[in-house]
Amino acid sequence: MIEISNVRKSYGDTIVVQNVSLQIPRRGITSIIGPNGAGKSTLLSMISRLAPITAGTVKVDGLDVTKTPSDVLAKRLSILRQDNRVTSRLTVRDLVEFGRYPYSKGRLTAEDRAQADKAIGFLGLEALSDRFLDELSGGQRQRAYVAMVLCQDTDYVLFDEPLNNLDMKHAVGMMKLLRQAADTMGKTIVLVLHDINFASCYSDFIVAMRDGAVVRHGPPAEIMTSEAMREIYDMDVEIREIQGRRISIYYT
Amino acid sequence: MKRFLLAAATVIVLALISLLIGAGDLSLSAFISPQEGQYATQILLISRIPRTLALILAGTAMAVAGTIMQMLTRNRFVEPSTAGTVESASLGLLIVTLFAPDAPVIGKMLIAAAFALAGTALFLRILRFVPLRSVLVVPLVGIMLSGIIGATTTFFAYRFDLLQSLNAWTTGDFSGVLRGRYELLWIAFVLTLLAYLAADRLTLAGMGRDFATNLGLRYRSVVSFGLIIVAMVTATIVVTVGMLPFLGLIVPNVVSLMMGDNMRRSLPWVALLGAGLVLTCDIVGRVAYHPYEIPIGTIMGIVGSGLFLFLLLKGRERLA
Repeated sequence: MIEISNVRKSYGDTIVVQNVSLQIPRRGITSIIGPNGAGKSTLLSMISRLAPITAGTVKVDGLDVTKTPSDVLAKRLSILRQDNRVTSRLTVRDLVEFGRYPYSKGRLTAEDRAQADKAIGFLGLEALSDRFLDELSGGQRQRAYVAMVLCQDTDYVLFDEPLNNLDMKHAVGMMKLLRQAADTMGKTIVLVLHDINFASCYSDFIVAMRDGAVVRHGPPAEIMTSEAMREIYDMDVEIREIQGRRISIYYT
Repeated sequence: MKRFLLAAATVIVLALISLLIGAGDLSLSAFISPQEGQYATQILLISRIPRTLALILAGTAMAVAGTIMQMLTRNRFVEPSTAGTVESASLGLLIVTLFAPDAPVIGKMLIAAAFALAGTALFLRILRFVPLRSVLVVPLVGIMLSGIIGATTTFFAYRFDLLQSLNAWTTGDFSGVLRGRYELLWIAFVLTLLAYLAADRLTLAGMGRDFATNLGLRYRSVVSFGLIIVAMVTATIVVTVGMLPFLGLIVPNVVSLMMGDNMRRSLPWVALLGAGLVLTCDIVGRVAYHPYEIPIGTIMGIVGSGLFLFLLLKGRERLA
């Protein structure tokens, strides 16, 4: 379980995240939604110790993320941020194998290689595994990053906008794959998502943020209502049930 | 592997050529004749072997240092001479020459290394405040910083009549290398080995702070480690043979295009090509105007700028 207690983040006088307390249950997919500037990415960065926490604590399975050694945490929790700009010329295989670094410290065992193969296969990157990252399309590169994070094989996997750069087909493929990782590998996946319909269709739990605070949280059925949408996005959104799923219609 | 052995064999041949050419005749027949034999052996031991070793050690270390800098700054145009490192080392050396002229060479080297480290750290600090980090802004900032530090150094060198020494530090020249005057370069060799041992960590650091932290790497200590290696290598080279321009820029870029940036795989190539390029330039400098010598810094500047221009035009889309 991820326990977030009274977490605050401020830069000088600007408060980005204020007094967020939240428990993210083990197993399954939790999506964080909300308008731009709501503090979603900042919260994710604080959970994953990439950004310092101004006040409050975050515990992952009881481990305080600011006090636990980074290499210990790297075996429990992994994160993929958006806008990854890896300038190094690494092959897809190199990159994915680096996902084993917390275990191997650079000396790859046969098991590490098997894990890398599995992750490459899971993302359908076999044909690209010897290509350099700078020779791939944005979507292929995104899949390679995801493969690396899955190869890290942590119980908790955090993604900031994992559908970035992906077209419709690959976006759906990615969400199905994350669902599969949660269901068959027992992973706890936390996503920041912009597309609330994806959040509605694939999450077990949705956290809605606005102005640095959590305004609502609960299963998709509770969040996907016109009333909740108005509160979160300040906009009138029609919610329809289509084939048993709650879909928001907000395009016009 | 086959290609690597071939390249290694080429470097060995270059090293042999470097042993055999020079102002003094050192053909094989010289060794056979009894009276010339002793003289030839002396030339070999006192001058040629030290010079060749110095070339290999300096070339290897400088190319590796360039690679580390490019990984840590995540920019392909950065090397010790475009980041203020060399100028800072020279400034440190000037100061220690002024205030403690009798200090042992190793002491001078350490002071120069401390200055090099401070200068490079300053460069990285400035970079953090540059809002728009485009690919070209980074080396431009470095060149400006180098200019400021270099100007300061030149001013004081001029005032205290040390311009000639300054010139020796900033222009690579191996003609003065004799037994007893190059051994400090073995320190650079040890540092190069250390860098190889940390190759995975340095590669990870090159993927950026967030990636590295996610994988449990202590990013800041790895960056500091890399910078200390770069600073010490630069200082050693400035103190012993003088700066080798372009080397740390070209070799890493060529190897990166050839085989990527996984340093566990690429560093042996970087080391080999570094040694090969330096040997070649020095040999050219020795035969072009025989029996006089053109300093390697000059040859390197010509060959290097040409190669660099080629890389810029050919690999432009990759570099950017």
